[in-house]
Amino acid sequence: MKEIVIISGKGGTGKTSLAAAFAYLGGTDIVTADCDVDAADLHLLLQPEVKKAEDFYSGQLARIDQDLCNQCGCCEEVCRFDAVKFLNGKYSIDTLGCEGCGYCSHVCPVGAIPMEENNVGEWYISTTKVGSTMVHARLGIGAENSGKLVTKVKNEAKKIAEEKDLDFVLVDGSPGVGCPVVSSLSGADFVILVTEPTVSGLHDLIRVHQLVNKFKIRVGCIINKADLNLKVTSEIKDFLTQEKIVHIGDLPYNDIFTNAMVNGQTIIEYDQNGLSAIINVSWKKIKKLQQGDN
Amino acid sequence: MDIAIASGKGGTGKTTLATNLASYLAEKDKVVLVDLDVEEPNSGLFINGEIVHEMDKFKMIPVWNKDCSLCGLCQEVCNYNAVLHLGVHIMVFSELCHSCYACSELCPDSALPMKPKKMGRLKHLQHGKLSFVESRLEIGQEQAVPLISQTKKYINENFYQEIIRIYDSPPGTSCPVIEAVKDVDYVILVTEPTPFGLHDLKLTVEMIRKLDKRYGVVINRFGIGDEGVSTYCREENIAVLAKIPNRRAIAELYSRGELVYKHFNDVKEQLDLIIRSFDQLVVGESV
Ligand code: SF4
Ligand code: SF4
Repeated sequence: MKEIVIISGKGGTGKTSLAAAFAYLGGTDIVTADCDVDAADLHLLLQPEVKKAEDFYSGQLARIDQDLCNQCGCCEEVCRFDAVKFLNGKYSIDTLGCEGCGYCSHVCPVGAIPMEENNVGEWYISTTKVGSTMVHARLGIGAENSGKLVTKVKNEAKKIAEEKDLDFVLVDGSPGVGCPVVSSLSGADFVILVTEPTVSGLHDLIRVHQLVNKFKIRVGCIINKADLNLKVTSEIKDFLTQEKIVHIGDLPYNDIFTNAMVNGQTIIEYDQNGLSAIINVSWKKIKKLQQGDN
Repeated sequence: MDIAIASGKGGTGKTTLATNLASYLAEKDKVVLVDLDVEEPNSGLFINGEIVHEMDKFKMIPVWNKDCSLCGLCQEVCNYNAVLHLGVHIMVFSELCHSCYACSELCPDSALPMKPKKMGRLKHLQHGKLSFVESRLEIGQEQAVPLISQTKKYINENFYQEIIRIYDSPPGTSCPVIEAVKDVDYVILVTEPTPFGLHDLKLTVEMIRKLDKRYGVVINRFGIGDEGVSTYCREENIAVLAKIPNRRAIAELYSRGELVYKHFNDVKEQLDLIIRSFDQLVVGESV
């Protein structure tokens, strides 16, 4: 079983639309994991039916028991996150500010601050419209530890793929270079970078590639909207050659991405012609690259 | 006045709006533009200017000085498994540390003093009346929040609150964006009129309401997609401040790192609409 992760650094490059198209092509041979838990959109195209939902707890939050609190204020003094507030003669915890470090709980002389498990979201096992399994999640507003939820989603997807003896887990990864992406990448066999020929696209590609390099994973790249700026596209290609990144394919600047989305469809369903053909070839290439190192 | 520009989904035009709005305002008045999307800071690609100041930014982490009784309390108090007591060693995993100081201050032997570790770099540029500040997270550092909060601190120490300060925020609805928007006066949510845009807008609105902030929506790439976003805003009584048209020529300007309003009058008009809504905000405050 191979784990293929799609990331982009920058948002809006068409990463999720491509992930959905690949998931559609992969059919029941793959398990899909939506690890973009912060802005999970893959379900809008794969229309999964939820089979199992579970709360996800991660980290802790402090709570002040008003019956025990003797107003000494020790907690406020030690909290480095300004999460202990003194309002209307009472100490309380600002739950959006609390990082759950537990320092206040440790120093409270009367034991008035229990640390409670924090419900940060929900995760689901579902069946997509092509009949494949999809694992996805919803992160609570302002929640911490999205990296841990990403790991959870990924591990569940891997478990299912192993049980069913399937070839691939396809992961729609998170944006940026911080903790959620790091969790998306760890353990992956292949990374697909989706980029666009804009100065921001190139800038973010270089940054996210620096991160991928730390993991020593093999990398391929798809350039979306390749005809938007030919100069930047050729700069991207130079970068790919220089870094020995496999150039998987180019897609044109096209409203079909949006039109398919409006219809709740993957590109493959919506457009049977040009774009679908390119994506088909790309998917075959990606699968072939996985066989190489067996 | 502090204004954050945010969006649930990345790539909706947050940076385009932030850079165009700030540069346009700076044709007349002093403005500060701050890029708080420290994981992927892109505003700087659209702004040229002279460097006023550059500095490394640090987070505090405990460093073991080996002079201790190996009681193991540090490992016990750390809620993030960032301290390990292994045989005769204490190991600190700095990427996991949240700088809460618990291990350091509770250590009976004072063997874990907090020391600075580089997490990123802040740059401050000046171009005419526009001051631009960005911070960029070192690759490999996982936590954006401390760098965001230090950047905000730099802004508060160096610029008066009376001028307009625009914050380009990170995408999403989790801890980094909360840190970026929690202290501002007004939030502009940038979205696209597509199902993804609508879905992520709803999550962002939920977040902004939880923070109890005043806000309005700017629809980017207006004309593409469907009616979903407009209908939602109408039903929820959310002000739509402006609509930036969907146009390939705009995407091309953006791709080259150029400002859009300088080439398109209709975009400038949309910026004027946004600016007028700020004026109303200020009037609203003084009543
Ligand atoms: S648990 Fe830590 S962050 Fe939360 S209130 Fe207590 S000291 Fe502050
Ligand atoms: S400062 Fe806090 S988070 Fe960092 S290692 Fe010590 S106890 Fe853990």
